[in-house]
Formats: sequence, C-alpha cells, structure tokens
Amino acid sequence: MYEHDVIVVGGGGAGLRAAIAAHEEGADAAIVTKLHPVRSHTGAAEGGINAALREGDSWQDHAYDTMKGADYLSDAPAVDTFAQTAPDEVIQLEHWGMPFSREEDGTVSQRPFGGLSFPRTTYAGAETGHHMLHTLYEQVVKRGIEVYDEWYVSQLAVTDEDDPNERDCHGVVAWDVQSGEVAGFRARDGVILATGGPGQAYDHTTNAVANTGDGVAIAYRAGVPMEDMEMVQFHPTTLPSTGVLISEGVRGEGGILYNSEGERFMFEYGYATNDGELASRDVVARAELTEVAEGRGVEDEYVYLDMRHLGEERITDRLENILHLARDFEGVDGLEEPMPVKPGQHYAMGGIEVDEHGETCIDGLYAAGECACVSLHGANRLGGNALPELIVFGARAGRHAAGADMPEPKIETGPDPDAEREDLGVPLGEPSRAEATTDGGTVEHPDSDPDAVVEAAADAERERIETLLEREDGVNHADVRADLQATMTENVNVFREEAGLKQALEDIQEARERYQDVYVADKSRTFNTDLQHTIETRNLLDVAEAIAMGALAREEFRGAHWRAEHQERKDDEYLKHTLVSWNDGDPELWYRPVLLEGDEGAYEPKERSY
Amino acid sequence: MSTQTPDTETESEAEQPSSKPHHERRLAEKRERAETKEAERAAAAQDIKGETVELKVFRFDPEIEGKEEPRFDSFTIPFEKGMTVLDALIYARDQYDSSLTFRHSCRQAVCGSDAFFINGRQQLGCQTQMADLDWPVRVEPLPHQDVVKDLVVEMDHFYDQMEAVDPFFDPDDLPEGELEEQRQSPENRENIKLSTRCIWCGACMSSCNIAAGDNKYLGPAAINKAYRFYMDEREGEQKRQERLEIIEQEHGVWRCQTQFSCTNVCPKDIPLTEHIQELKREAVKQNLKFW
Repeated sequence: MYEHDVIVVGGGGAGLRAAIAAHEEGADAAIVTKLHPVRSHTGAAEGGINAALREGDSWQDHAYDTMKGADYLSDAPAVDTFAQTAPDEVIQLEHWGMPFSREEDGTVSQRPFGGLSFPRTTYAGAETGHHMLHTLYEQVVKRGIEVYDEWYVSQLAVTDEDDPNERDCHGVVAWDVQSGEVAGFRARDGVILATGGPGQAYDHTTNAVANTGDGVAIAYRAGVPMEDMEMVQFHPTTLPSTGVLISEGVRGEGGILYNSEGERFMFEYGYATNDGELASRDVVARAELTEVAEGRGVEDEYVYLDMRHLGEERITDRLENILHLARDFEGVDGLEEPMPVKPGQHYAMGGIEVDEHGETCIDGLYAAGECACVSLHGANRLGGNALPELIVFGARAGRHAAGADMPEPKIETGPDPDAEREDLGVPLGEPSRAEATTDGGTVEHPDSDPDAVVEAAADAERERIETLLEREDGVNHADVRADLQATMTENVNVFREEAGLKQALEDIQEARERYQDVYVADKSRTFNTDLQHTIETRNLLDVAEAIAMGALAREEFRGAHWRAEHQERKDDEYLKHTLVSWNDGDPELWYRPVLLEGDEGAYEPKERSY
Repeated sequence: MSTQTPDTETESEAEQPSSKPHHERRLAEKRERAETKEAERAAAAQDIKGETVELKVFRFDPEIEGKEEPRFDSFTIPFEKGMTVLDALIYARDQYDSSLTFRHSCRQAVCGSDAFFINGRQQLGCQTQMADLDWPVRVEPLPHQDVVKDLVVEMDHFYDQMEAVDPFFDPDDLPEGELEEQRQSPENRENIKLSTRCIWCGACMSSCNIAAGDNKYLGPAAINKAYRFYMDEREGEQKRQERLEIIEQEHGVWRCQTQFSCTNVCPKDIPLTEHIQELKREAVKQNLKFW
C-alpha cells in the first residue's frame, strides 16, 4: 500500500494545480494519473483564460457574464469566488513563466470572447491549454511532487455507512498499467478527483479518447450525487471529420460564419442580432444545426467559418495553431479557404457535486475541474471560463484537503432525504443479475479502520479484474461503447425530444445488460489497455445514463438544454439543480434549489439575449 | 557514415547571425512537399475508393505465448478518405484484435502519445494520413527505446532527460504590486514561441543517432526545453549561467552533430537543431567572456 497526505487523481490542469496547492500548504501530495501529466486533455484547450485584470473591468462584470451565460443555473457563491480569484490565479501562472501572448508594453494580452462584456480572455496563441498544462507540470517537477503516471484509478476506498453523507474516503485503488499491479493508495487527508470530462459518451466530440468520466462514475457509485448532468455543451466550431476543435478565438478575432448561400446567418436569420458570431456557444450551435436542417448547410452537414479577411499576419500571430489543425485534420488551408465546422460535444457543465472548497458530501473526497460541478457554469459555460475554473477550484480543493483554514461553505452537498424523488417511468440502473465484478459500487467491510478500508477496496478490485480476465468469451466492450455513443449522439444531442430521451434510456439499459457479459480478450498483465477500456466503458454507462435522466426530467429550455416540447425557460419550476444518486444501483433523481444570493445581493434571472 | 558530410556545412551555417531564413526555407520545403502530397492524395482517393489497405503492425508481449518473439501482424483495413494511421490502428484493435496495444489520447497532435515508426520514419499516428503513405503501411514502435508491448515503448529515460535540465521557470524576483505581471516583449515571446510547442512525443530523440549511441546525451527535446528558458528574458542572469552549465556538460549541446534528423521528424516543426546551435553559440560567447 502506498501512502500520502493528499492523493490527486488526474494530472491535467486541475489536478496539477491542486497538488501544488496542497504541497504549498505543507502536505505530502501525490498525483496518480492514467496518462503522463503532459498527455492530459487540458493541453488541447485553445482559446484562453478569462480574468478581470484591467481598468474598466471588474470581477462583478465577469461574475454577471458567467451567470447570464449559465442561464441562471449557477450557484452564486461559486460564481463570485471564481470571478474574484481568477485574476490572482492568472498572474500566478504568469509568475510561473507561462508564455502568454503579449502587448507592445510587455503586459499580458486579452481578447474578446463569446458572451463577455469586456475583452478579458488572456491567451497564449491558440494553444493556451498546452502552455498552461506544461507550465503547471514544470512547477510540479520543481517541487518534487510524486507522480504515479500510467496508474489507472478504478475505485475509491470509502466506508460503507448507509447514508452517503456519513461516509469517509480513505484512499483509492489503482493499477499500474505497465505491470498490472493492483495497489491501495491510502490518503491521510484527502482524495481529489480531477479526471476531466466524459466526452467519450458521444461519438463526435472534441474530447480525448481518455475522457471517459472515470472520476464522476467512481464518486457516483461511492454515493456522491451527480449534478446537472443534462447540461452538455456542444461547441459550434469543430471539424466535421474528426471533431477536432477550432477555437472560439477565431470568432473572437473576427472570424465569421456563413451558410451554403453565403449568408452571415447569425445576423441575417436573427439568431443573435447584437453579438452575431460571438453569442454564447449554445446559441451558435443551435443556429448552425437549424441552418443545416433548413437546407442551407454545406453538403447538408456543416457551415463555413471564415477567417481569411483577418490577414495572414494576424492569423499567424494569434491563431497559427488553427492553420495546423485545419490542414492536418481536414485538409483545408485556412488562409485560402473557409473552414468547414459543425457542433460537437465539448464540455460537461455537470459533474460530481461539490461545494466551493471542492469537497463532496463524503468526508475527505474532493473534485475539481471538468469532472466536478461546483455549479459555476450552470446550463452553459462561457468560452474561456474552463481553464480559470481548473486553477481556481483546483487550488482551493488542494488547500482545503491539506487542512487550510477556510470559512464554512455556503453550498450544500449530499443526498437530501427530504427531497422528492422524480419518477421517470423508465427502467434505470443496474440489472438484477449484476455481479460484483461489473458493479464497482461501495465495498462492504465490517472494519472502518482506514487501512482496512483501503485494503478491502483493493481486494475487491483484484477480484473484479481477475473475473474479467478469466472469462474466455463474451461481449467486446468496444461494441457496447459504440452502441452507447450512437444513441447518445442520436437522442441526447443539441436538440432533445421526450421520445428520443426515453429511447436513449432504453438503449442504455440494453447496453448495461450486454455489459454483464463483457470479457477481456487480452490476458496479459502488461499494459492491458483492453482491460482499462473495458472498465472505462462501464463508467461511461453510468455517466451517460445520468445525462439522459437529467435531460428527460428537465422539462424546459435553458442554456444548452433544449427540449422540443418545452420551448421556454421555466424559472418558477426549474431554478433548481438536477441530482442523480446511485442509491446502490437503483438511481434516483431529485432536485436542489439554485443559490442566487451572491456577495453583492441576489442575481436576478433576466431574459438572455445576445 | 554519410551523416558526417553535412556536418561541416551546417556548422558554418550556424555561425551566421540569423538562423531564421533556414528555418523558413525548410518550412517552405515542407509546405511544398505537403502540397504535392495533397494533390497526390486527392488523385489517389479517387482511385482507391472502396479499397482496403494492409496494415502491418509490430507485435510483442513478454508474457503471452506466441508474442514473446517479436512478429508482425497484418490487418486489412477498409480505407476511407481522411483516415489516419491512428484511425487504422483503432479499427484493427476494435474490429480484429482487442489486445493490439498503443498509446493515444487527444487525436489532434497535442498530447504527444502516439509517435510511432511509420514506414521507417518517426511520425504521430494521428497526424499521418494513410493516403500519404506507401502501402502496405508498416507501423513499429519508436526505435532506440525498449518496447513494453506492441507499439508501447518505455518513456522513462526520455522523461528523465527532460527533467535533467531544470525544466521550470525560475526568476530572480517577481513584481510585488497587486496583480502585477512580469513584462515580456512580444519579440522575446516570439523568440521562444516555437520552443514552447514541444509535446514530449519523443520522435526527435528516437531519430537521433547520437542519442542512440550515448544514453546520457540530453537529446534534442531536453536541450530545446533548456533553450525555452535560457532565451526567456524574464529569468535572471544567475539562472542563465546555471542553465548554460547544464547544457554545456559532456553529454550536452556539444554532442549534437547537426544531422537535422530531429528537426525533420518534429511534428510541431520546432527548429531543434538550430536551437541547439544557438545554445552552442551562447556557450562560446560566455566562455570567451571569462577567458
């Protein structure tokens, strides 16, 4: 068994920042990650980092833009904390040497981004995430923080009280991908999940192959609710053939969108008569798909994003990476031709329910970054707000886990026994013949001694892995995953209808049934990615189900969540978060009110237009 | 060895005041090649519609019968326009043999996981179009590194070298004002820009003859990392001296014989060889100063 004060799961932006913060608070922090940290998907972020740094801007304006972009489904304490802290965190990155793009006077440049009332997006070319990831990793190396790279965390070590609010987290179970060794990792002070997004639940996504919602799923099965999972962002500008992202920075710098008729549709068809291409992402994504649906798409599939008029010098200076991506992944020269783009799954606003210190309802279990839902982005995240979230809430989780003195959180967490449960009228959760091997829920153990809890979890994981490896034939997880992605892309996409959502939940039930017979053809202990991907697919099933459940339950149109039968935002009924609890395999959906009371009074839900 | 011939030539080039034109020329050549390829690809795509491509993949697993001895497996892959080598590998794995093992994640040439030896050249699987290659396509693990399994190589040595150059920003002092950043001129940022693009894929190190023969050689990626900080005007003089000492050591910059193999395979077009030569020049200048 390995032992540290704070164990951080995941080596992307949030995980690295959390580990540095915990270390600086005096803790022995370690990072356990299925990839080497520099392989993390933070590195693919392009556009930038929002922070109110300059005269004429204020944290209040940043907070207001964020809340409006979120369509008022954010919790004010998270939004205020975020907007107040982002400037310090950005300057911290600069002090750590991050190569930001610069003005003539040597200060950090900022550019306009969608949904922002001030050009507050700091950036490093169109490869901001790459520079942020490497800068943070450099600081981890500088501090000598231990990194267990290519160790796959597949389970949490949590006590087994009936009420998840009373459980404690004492560590994680991970296996060394290279050798197959399964080991317990005891965390004396806390475990911080920073495992990123669940984009692999869809087949057209900007997310990496590694983004399989692992942290969300293992926290969920350990008893932590998933929050606002239906809120999935579809980025309006992804390359049609691969899903590779074309940064919002292109539109921020003045790029324009037009349809097959050569019309600048954002203005000409009234989707966003003020902000046009720089409207919020959900607005632009729907506009594009509407154009295609009405026969004005190119090849009935996509629209054009044109940046040629910006000129070679400006493009090369600020958006050079976009030229490479368009050339390598779509065969298009962005200096000579418009780039084909269409919406693709991009970001999960929802995730593991946490408070503004990153802590879940389970004592000692934290989450930060895309896998977490502190409820900052609500129903729609603004471009440039994801990277600052990683560093603001990564640092806070790291400090709190390491024992820093922080005020009582204002955000509530954990299953609320008094909340009414929503009956969705469809079968959910684990079929009756589920076995421990494919289950992966909390492990029962009579002894609550922390070491014993970790050992029991490690034993259970060894058994699960053995069983998967012993099976001689069965279903290949890749088939289950492909079916899951197909139904999610067909039925739980930008436009959602009741019948389609029910169909998706039925398909997910079927996928769960098939997963009961899953087997791993590769019997090797050495670098067994077959085994790893099989377990990841299990995680995707739980996450996808929660997305579809939330989408079916929320009968309104808010932010990224559009419902055919419910074309209005219903503030009287739905100013509340959806929460899904695992409930030992019989998932429950319930609600908790949104907190709109901020540091400077309550945010007033207004009509959202751009 | 033929690689000795360009040596003298490029050494003298490197002593010219600016190295930029060479980089631009090479990029222009690379562009030209890409254009020719593009035209060929378009023509080829017409011909091969509905065709299949044979993928020959190196296989090895130390603990599986029949795989302890390295071998090549062939997979027949239905070709589609725009298919990358990574797409073809994923197809082979998901449709034929789920034990086929390779690192990959982002699919967009930024995570640096999938550098392979494709038809005899170090390239990223995700960035290499099947249509650009001679068929059958042969995929092997990166040479000069221990193979863990199939296309997965041991990366620890590469990481050790990267971490041996103090790969972190280390300024003398920082501005004290609230929210005050350090100033960096756009020109200085431009000077380090290409060096900061490195994605740690290891293609350069694998292509380098010197690194193959000298296990302690820092290698192109690590020296480029040192360059990135040495050239950054935000760091102080003391740290610059320390950095020079690291790269001037026996297994540092002087080992480079300017064969340009690293520069040729770099998927991010970083002028690695030129960065190494610039650091040699810096070292010479410093040594003259103290002489």
